[in-house]
Amino acid sequence: MKMSFRFSGVMFWFGMAFLYLPMLSLIIYSFNESRLVTVWAGWSTKWYGELFHDKDLMMAVWRSLEVAFWSANTAVLLGIMASVALTRFGRFRGRSLLHSLVAAPLVMPDVIIGLSLLLLFVSMADVIGWPQQRGLLTIWIAHATFCTAYATVVISSRLKELDRSYLEAAMDLGATPLKAFIQVTLPIIMPALVSAWLLSFTLSLDDVVIASFVSGPGSTTLPIEVFSSVRLGVSPKINALATIIILIVSLFTLSVWWLSRRKLKRDSKTI
Amino acid sequence: MIEPSLSRDSADGHFLQIKSIVKTYDDVVAVNDVSLDIAKGDIFALLGASGSGKSTLLRMLAGFETPNSGQIILDGEDIVSLAPYRRPINMMFQSYALFPHMTVEQNIAYGLKQDRMPKNLIADKVVQMLRLVHMEKYAKRKPEQLSGGQRQRVALARSLAKSPKLLLLDEPMGALDKKLRNRMQLEVVDILESVGVTCVMVTHDQEEAMTMANRIAIMEEGRIVQAGTPRDIYEAPNSLQAAEFIGSMNLFHGTITVDAQDHAVIQTTEVATPMYVSYGVTTAIEDKQVVFAVRPEKTLISRDQPDSQYNWCHGVVHDIAYLGGHSVYHIRLDNGKIVYSFMINSDRFADLPTWEESVYVHWSDDSGLVLRP
Repeated sequence: MKMSFRFSGVMFWFGMAFLYLPMLSLIIYSFNESRLVTVWAGWSTKWYGELFHDKDLMMAVWRSLEVAFWSANTAVLLGIMASVALTRFGRFRGRSLLHSLVAAPLVMPDVIIGLSLLLLFVSMADVIGWPQQRGLLTIWIAHATFCTAYATVVISSRLKELDRSYLEAAMDLGATPLKAFIQVTLPIIMPALVSAWLLSFTLSLDDVVIASFVSGPGSTTLPIEVFSSVRLGVSPKINALATIIILIVSLFTLSVWWLSRRKLKRDSKTI
Repeated sequence: MIEPSLSRDSADGHFLQIKSIVKTYDDVVAVNDVSLDIAKGDIFALLGASGSGKSTLLRMLAGFETPNSGQIILDGEDIVSLAPYRRPINMMFQSYALFPHMTVEQNIAYGLKQDRMPKNLIADKVVQMLRLVHMEKYAKRKPEQLSGGQRQRVALARSLAKSPKLLLLDEPMGALDKKLRNRMQLEVVDILESVGVTCVMVTHDQEEAMTMANRIAIMEEGRIVQAGTPRDIYEAPNSLQAAEFIGSMNLFHGTITVDAQDHAVIQTTEVATPMYVSYGVTTAIEDKQVVFAVRPEKTLISRDQPDSQYNWCHGVVHDIAYLGGHSVYHIRLDNGKIVYSFMINSDRFADLPTWEESVYVHWSDDSGLVLRP
């Protein structure tokens, strides 16, 4: 008994170290005085200052957030529509075909998605003259495309298990189908919509491969910027930026956890 | 088919008329040519096993399914082509389907809001409905913070808030445990009667149907087997199907030997004495095969041989199920057939027949039923 406890304790700390040691070292090195990322030369916050003065990098951050925001919005909207079609319209012709077509980008390598979208955009520019050049718009379209697949999986699995009688009850009480969907179904599946949105946002923020195919001049997103700067040698600025991102993400996760715990406590009190 | 109806027919008006409704799914017939007349103020129960088509019929009344053919006329208006949100009908769902993101108040107000009723009138109506179902204290709660019985009250209040012409209840007690069920059955009936709403309910529980409804229709395989008052259905089933569906029956197969104006005699191979019934039986001359049926509570047991030449037989006590209020005796007849008899335990320590005791089973002239096999 004692033995197995000690074993699981060791495995726990080993796992934790495996997951978080790299991040920890990244955070520590972001406070490094030295220009070289791997050589320690004392504490300093100068890279944070330089980070905020680096116009290109800050623009890339902003651009990435913008693209991720709009891609997530589009993906959730399209995901809702696809999920409704897949789960609510019964068995229509081509239902399983639609199902696999929507899910295909999940298993498709990013390189193929990126390349095919690039070819599409180029030939569209030839034939109909739009899009004239690749930029944020094409990245947005590309990201919305593959994020929709993820959003649809998340939303449709929630919608599938949702009791039909909620929608029917709303209609029974006098709401038209669209009204019933907006007033009853959407609020009930809201947690799934939020997770689909966050998933899409993260995926878009994270993507290098697809974006590098469909981006154009002046539309470098953060991952591409980081990736290309690494080739010239990593600047500790990147460490500083990563530290800030880690900080924001952990604050966000902690506050979500705290809010849900508070809600749980409040609910159990009122019962 | 045989015995005169015991009911005082309550169908004085034709408030809801269901006329030859047919519903098929692909090639499965779910509802097969059903016609029913339901009077204003009736609490009408559709009773049947799962797959009998009762829920499909209810969903067609609500408008969630469209019949292949037939008419549904509510208060003089054919509603088949109306969308569910345009029908003056509300439904209480089996799962209650209370909107989890709304409070009790908001749930009840939802239907009224759809009608664009002024806010102050909605508030008044909500208070009135909460009082009706004794839930005033819980107005601000969310459904997840309520017990099963409380949820049911809210669901009932929500479906009554719009003062529908017709209320539909889908397995109203299906989500409650046994004890709460018995209490809520009577409470729901009280509320429905105080409002005076016409109500169609669906249930598979015959006790529930008989407690709550004043008229019952038994459904089987998409057809109505029999419709009538609970008493009609129990005491005068019109077919073997109906007789076996409600309660239990002792059945004897036989042939009619005497068929007079005021009595009939049936000879069976299963019992030594012939069956005598004290009312006329109309049978086709060429087909004299019938089933004689007696309810267990009308099947009596005695230790002494009855002196009549009809309606008794000999057996031994095979098993006794003591249920407190009454006992069920399983009597094995001389030919091995088991018949059931209910014995009311009105005396605490009565000297009742015990296991393997030799007894006589008998019944009176008017307690048996003659049915077609």
